[in-house]
Amino acid sequence: MTGTLNLVGFGLSAIGPAIATGMIFAAYINGVARQPEARSVLQPIAFLGFALAEALALFGLVLAFVL
Amino acid sequence: MCVRAFVTLYAAGEGFVPPSTNDFNLPPLYESIPWLTKPVLLVFLSVILVSVFFILSARKAAVVPSKLQFAGESIYAFVRNDLARDVIGHEFMRFVPYLFTLFTFVLTNNIFGIVPFLQFPAMSHVAFPYVLAIFSFGVFHYVGIRKKGLGAYLKEIAFMPGVPKAVYILLTPIEIATFFLVRPLTLSLRLFANMFAGHLLLLVFIMGGDYMMNDPHLIMKLFSPFSFAFGIALTFFEFMVQCLQAYIFTLLTALYIAGALADEH
Repeated sequence: MTGTLNLVGFGLSAIGPAIATGMIFAAYINGVARQPEARSVLQPIAFLGFALAEALALFGLVLAFVL
Repeated sequence: MCVRAFVTLYAAGEGFVPPSTNDFNLPPLYESIPWLTKPVLLVFLSVILVSVFFILSARKAAVVPSKLQFAGESIYAFVRNDLARDVIGHEFMRFVPYLFTLFTFVLTNNIFGIVPFLQFPAMSHVAFPYVLAIFSFGVFHYVGIRKKGLGAYLKEIAFMPGVPKAVYILLTPIEIATFFLVRPLTLSLRLFANMFAGHLLLLVFIMGGDYMMNDPHLIMKLFSPFSFAFGIALTFFEFMVQCLQAYIFTLLTALYIAGALADEH
C-alpha cells in the first residue's frame, strides 16, 4: 500500500477547524435560542467566523496537494 | 468475504486509481486554440446566462411581478438588503452593482459544478478566484484611499489608534500583512479550495462506484450502489456549499469595504 503522509497530516490539522466550526455554530444557536430577534445580527457574524475557521482547514488541504 | 475481496484486489497489483489534481487539467476543446478550455467556456456561459436572466426578469417590470421578475428581484433584494445595507451602512448603494455582479457570477460558476453535462466548477481553477480577489482588493483599497487620503488610510492600517506604542512592534507587521497579503489570499483560496475539494469529493464517490460496478467480484458490485447514492447525497451537500461560498465571498468583500469606509474608532 502506498500513499502520502501529507494526507494524514491534513487529517490531523483539520481537527482544529472542525472544533472551531462546531463552537461557532453552537454559540450562534445559543444566541438565537436566547434572543430570536438577534438572528439577523448574529447570522453574518456566525458565517464570517465559520469562513475564517474553515479557511484554515482548506489551506491544509491545498498544502497537502502542493507539498 | 468483503475483506478478502479487498485483499485480492491489492494482491493483484491493479487498484482503484483515485482522482487527483490531474482531473482538473482539461485539454483544450480545439487543438488550434490552446486557451479555450472547458472552464473558460463555462465562465463565458455564466456571463451570458446571468445577463440574459436579469435582463429578461427586469424588462417587463410591473407592480404585480411575474414569476420571473419575482425571482430576479428576490436575488437582488437579498444582495442589496442582507449583504450591502446591513454590512456597509448608509453609503451602501454605490457598491450594490459590484456586490451583485460578484454574487451572481460566483454563484453561477459554482453551481455549474453540479449541473448535469457541465459538471465542472470553474472556480476550482485558482486563476479565476485570484482575479476576483484582485478586483475586491482594488475596490476596498481604492474606496479607503478616496475617503481618507492615501497617507491617512495607510497610517490607520499600520498604526491602529488607541494602542500602547510598544505594541506597534508586533501589531504593525501583522496589520500590514493582513491588509495586503492575507485578505486577498484567503478570499481567493477559500473559494478555490472549497470548489476544488467539493469536486474531488464527488469524483471519489462516482468514480469509486463505477470502479466497484466493473469489478469481477459480486460483493463489490453489490456495494457500488451505496457509493453512487452517497455521491448523489453529497451533490446536494455541494449545492449548499456552493451557495454558501458565493455568499461568503460577497459578505467578506462587503465587510472589507465597510472596514475601509469606517471612521477611526
